[in-house]
Amino acid sequence: MTEPQILEEPAGTQPDYHYPPYVSSVLRSPRMPLVALPHAFLHCEGPVFGHSIVGALDNDLTAQHAAEPIGERIVVHGRVMDEDGRPLRNALIEVWQANAAGRYRHRSDQSEMPLDPNFSGAGRTMTDSEGRYIFRTIKPGPYPWKNHYNAWRPAHIHFSLFGAGIVSRLVTQMYFPGDPLQPFDPIFNSISDEKARSCLVSRFDMQRSEPDRALAFSFDIVLRGAQQTPFERHAR
Amino acid sequence: MRLTPSGSQTVGPFFRIGLEHLCAKDAAAKVDDAEVVRVRGRVFDGDGVPVPDAVLEIWHADAEGRFGAAEPDQSGRSACFTRAATNDDGSFCFAIPRPGAIAYGEGKKQAPHFAVLVFARGLLRHLMTRMYFPGDPANAEDPVLQWVPEVRRSTLIARVNPQGRGELEWNVVLQGNDETVFFSW
Repeated sequence: MTEPQILEEPAGTQPDYHYPPYVSSVLRSPRMPLVALPHAFLHCEGPVFGHSIVGALDNDLTAQHAAEPIGERIVVHGRVMDEDGRPLRNALIEVWQANAAGRYRHRSDQSEMPLDPNFSGAGRTMTDSEGRYIFRTIKPGPYPWKNHYNAWRPAHIHFSLFGAGIVSRLVTQMYFPGDPLQPFDPIFNSISDEKARSCLVSRFDMQRSEPDRALAFSFDIVLRGAQQTPFERHAR
Repeated sequence: MRLTPSGSQTVGPFFRIGLEHLCAKDAAAKVDDAEVVRVRGRVFDGDGVPVPDAVLEIWHADAEGRFGAAEPDQSGRSACFTRAATNDDGSFCFAIPRPGAIAYGEGKKQAPHFAVLVFARGLLRHLMTRMYFPGDPANAEDPVLQWVPEVRRSTLIARVNPQGRGELEWNVVLQGNDETVFFSW
């Protein structure tokens, strides 16, 4: 079997490890040169997860408690694909986010913003046969952090994705259109290529918005590494 | 036209909310199975300070050296994947069946190892490294170990923990003189 080719990534489309505006990167980024691994050693097939890893309510973050969480109800949907635009089926997606007030349900989040008893902020799903996914949630609030004076993270949802192999693994953040905090955020701006950066901003989707119920945002994700047929074979 | 892969962003400090469901449980419990290797270690930053908000993903081959070959179990989990977050003291622990030698190219073998991805607050993009087994004669012939500068090779090989019966110890140093070898891809 011919191994699929792993393509070089275009310059500026991924963040550098050492990026001083993001203060936490300074002591946690390697200083020695990374060792370029020949591609023959990168054909490590990804873990295959079964659908039972996802519970019935896992992609509805508004339905995991006795009552609905406070906040602006939204639908987040999109496609996961490889660099050729081919859909990635049965790809596990994990998401986590702050509540509408900008507070995470995590012991390390000691901010003064209130917790919401009806919101945990965790979700997961698997892409369907066309690589599509959908989450129902509430729009997360922006929140202050200690990176610099008067630092605020723009509203975002964390996304973790598994694709066909180890080079496909991606953890990223989805942002919202028109958020005035984006130009000031070092994490968002760690991606120097403007077009690549804009791809992390979801698109408002009037068509998929649900009357009397929820606004919709669409967010497509491209994973590195050509798809291998075994990835589909394992699906069930 | 080729599409550009989506940009990476840090997992941030609150990743347990979304990622904990797949974190290994009971890895520290006593394991009697001789084929299971237990690894303990810590993650350190450039000041030698333990990193309490990192998460390791171990991608492991089976005894025949195949990655990703296993069908998911009843709970949907994969036998080829282990996730371990660090504790307040930067420590982690995982227990995994010992993998076999891993094929590459035309009938060639790599020494048994774990592929390890490291995520943390402060890492805008995850790091990729490997953990090899101490005392394995196959290490001397492993193409990736040989590819790495010799002075840094030991960062990729676990040590036998003198206090732990058969346990291995392997630290991840994100920065500094003993910096772990990380790979680009």
